[in-house]
Amino acid sequence: MCNKTKCDKSAFQKSRRKVLKGIAAGVGALALPASNASASVWEAFFQKHFRELDKTELQQVLARLESEYSKEFGKTVNVKATPPIEGVKYGYGLDLSRCIGCRRCVYACVEENNQSRDPQIHWIKVLQLDKEKGVYLDHAEHYYNPAEVPEQGKFYMPIQCQQCENPPCTKVCPVQATWPENDGIVVVDYNWCIGCRYCMAACPYGARHFNWAKSKLPKDEMNPETHYLGNRPRPTGVVEKCTFCVQRTREQPGRYPACEEVCPVGARKFGNLNDPKSEIRYLIENKRVFIFKEDLNTQPKFYYFYAT
Amino acid sequence: MKNIWNFFKGTLILTARGSAAYYCWVGGLLVLMIIGGFTYVIQLNDGLIVTNMRDQVSWGFYISNFTFLVGVAAAAVLLVIPAYVYHWKPIKEIALLGELLAVSAIVMCLLFVTVDIGRPDRFWHLIPFVGILNFPQSLLAWDVAVLNTYLVLNLTIAVYYLYNLYYKREPNKKFTTPLLLFSIPAAISIHTVTAFLYNGLGARPFWNASILAPRFLASAFCSGPAFMILVFFLIRKYTRFKISDEAIQKIAELIAYAMFINLFLLGAEIFKEYYTASVHLAPMQYLLQGLHGHNALVPWIWTAMIFNVTAFMIFLIPDTRRNNTTLVLGCVLIFIGVYIEKGMGLVIPGFVPDVLHEIYEYVPSGLEMLLAIGIWATGLFVFTMLLRVAIPILNGDFHVADDGVDCHIGDNLFFLGKADREKRNVSVVEKTEDSGS
Repeated sequence: MCNKTKCDKSAFQKSRRKVLKGIAAGVGALALPASNASASVWEAFFQKHFRELDKTELQQVLARLESEYSKEFGKTVNVKATPPIEGVKYGYGLDLSRCIGCRRCVYACVEENNQSRDPQIHWIKVLQLDKEKGVYLDHAEHYYNPAEVPEQGKFYMPIQCQQCENPPCTKVCPVQATWPENDGIVVVDYNWCIGCRYCMAACPYGARHFNWAKSKLPKDEMNPETHYLGNRPRPTGVVEKCTFCVQRTREQPGRYPACEEVCPVGARKFGNLNDPKSEIRYLIENKRVFIFKEDLNTQPKFYYFYAT
Repeated sequence: MKNIWNFFKGTLILTARGSAAYYCWVGGLLVLMIIGGFTYVIQLNDGLIVTNMRDQVSWGFYISNFTFLVGVAAAAVLLVIPAYVYHWKPIKEIALLGELLAVSAIVMCLLFVTVDIGRPDRFWHLIPFVGILNFPQSLLAWDVAVLNTYLVLNLTIAVYYLYNLYYKREPNKKFTTPLLLFSIPAAISIHTVTAFLYNGLGARPFWNASILAPRFLASAFCSGPAFMILVFFLIRKYTRFKISDEAIQKIAELIAYAMFINLFLLGAEIFKEYYTASVHLAPMQYLLQGLHGHNALVPWIWTAMIFNVTAFMIFLIPDTRRNNTTLVLGCVLIFIGVYIEKGMGLVIPGFVPDVLHEIYEYVPSGLEMLLAIGIWATGLFVFTMLLRVAIPILNGDFHVADDGVDCHIGDNLFFLGKADREKRNVSVVEKTEDSGS
């Protein structure tokens, strides 16, 4: 049974390649960019979905991207495609009683994940809320800018992708360009996304961001350690989002997400939900925890809590 | 095969001919299309940043137009049902024009979606088996499927019918009837699926109301037929085609029912939101009253409300419905009213306030509007070309010549001037006498 499906699949892929070749020949005959375009433009155009690439194809794609980015940014850029670690499911904890609203996480994220600097894309948004009113978003201040934080009577709520177990954003994608991986991280194949932005309409947390213009990323600020599904430079016209720093957290030995690492007050916690001895499990079991917009049944793996 | 080529050649010759008014109209549309084309090139070059859409309001003017036009396309069914299910003759003669309007509207829909997506070069990812169409999970995949089915269906019926008339053959009913019957659920499904596309998002309370799909259908059955009545008046006045008052009156009556249901459902929704007054009221407040000092949509939605209610009164009162001047006024009001209500009035409050309650007030950029005008011009161009071929065929002015190869063109003007119209009236009288004998 298993073999049969495999066989069917490869036959289907072969016929698909044939069709694509036919289209390529047809489009080529129209002499679109043909004469001056390098072969890699066509390779990129006809690249298959990430999850349908076999090992050699994946290596070719990664090599192509590495050479492209290295040329563009004038330094050696690595593009990895490290798969999820077996048996790991990531969870994130955020201590609302500690967060001081300094937004260091916002900018550490931008630097780590090669977001566009102009127009600015922020994967983390910090809301300033009134202590009296609690998590009541209608009174949230999105662009607070005092000389010093925290302000009297205010508390701060950072919001980023909640890495839902039941993500409404992946369900709606018309081309399956976004999906939850086995370690629970919701990723986007930037080379497959058609930029319809249906996922942005579906996300209840405003966690998805669109590349409205060509991203401006200064050469010297570009982080060359990248992941295909994470922080590699994004093309124009596609959607991007937080990946819990997949380029860091999937390595062994791994590193914490940049936002966790930079937090000056230790408000951010990160760990393996499947490990009963992990810090995140301890927090969930012993602190007052809530998840954001629980009524939508998105089942976030991002836990807000009050440690004190 | 040769017949098809000859027919096609004939249509090219036919569409190239026409009166000065026809050339002006088509030329004007072409200019707008070219301007739209240039703006699209700019957008492709610089990215969607040239629009005023941003992360907070991630769909705007393009998708609003798309949503409205799906309704216009779906409304063709309102002619097909009386024509082919009840065999009501006055409408049977004009049902074909409704199908052609559906084709033109779907072309516009597909263009609006195309200009809205960030990577149109990756459109092939949507083609089943070549790319990956996320069917049945994604409602957008459903929409791709039903819109294309509906386009092919209407195009097939209309072209097959006209092609046979051109060759003076009786269309095979065994072929057309199943297709026509299938086009009824197809029309309903394109609008239902488009409504579900918004409806299924728990993140957007403004759309997450089960009343949305029925409201979509009700308003579609107002706007599409209203546009058709306006087109019928124009055709009747400026071409040789005859359309009976009886047919137009029947459509007007149907619009009155549909508008009543539309207004009732709208009222039901307004009641529910305002009486409950939960945080989910915010988008509706933004639409109707303005929210925290932001009120870009308020004058528009009230214009739409006034237009819709006025039009409903016009269609309800028999005297104003039977008077052609007020009838035309009612159709114009409905068309504009529903355009506002089912376009920007539906899409934008879904995003304002956004999911984190930020208010980004969206107004389309000049480039967005020029591009949208270009697409409307393209749709009207397609519709004009289809009518240019269909009307002479239906009139018997365009058919295969006696040698069976060349075409006979009896209508070189299409849009008639005043003098021509008077002449036409004479020839029409002669013709009816001919057919009577």
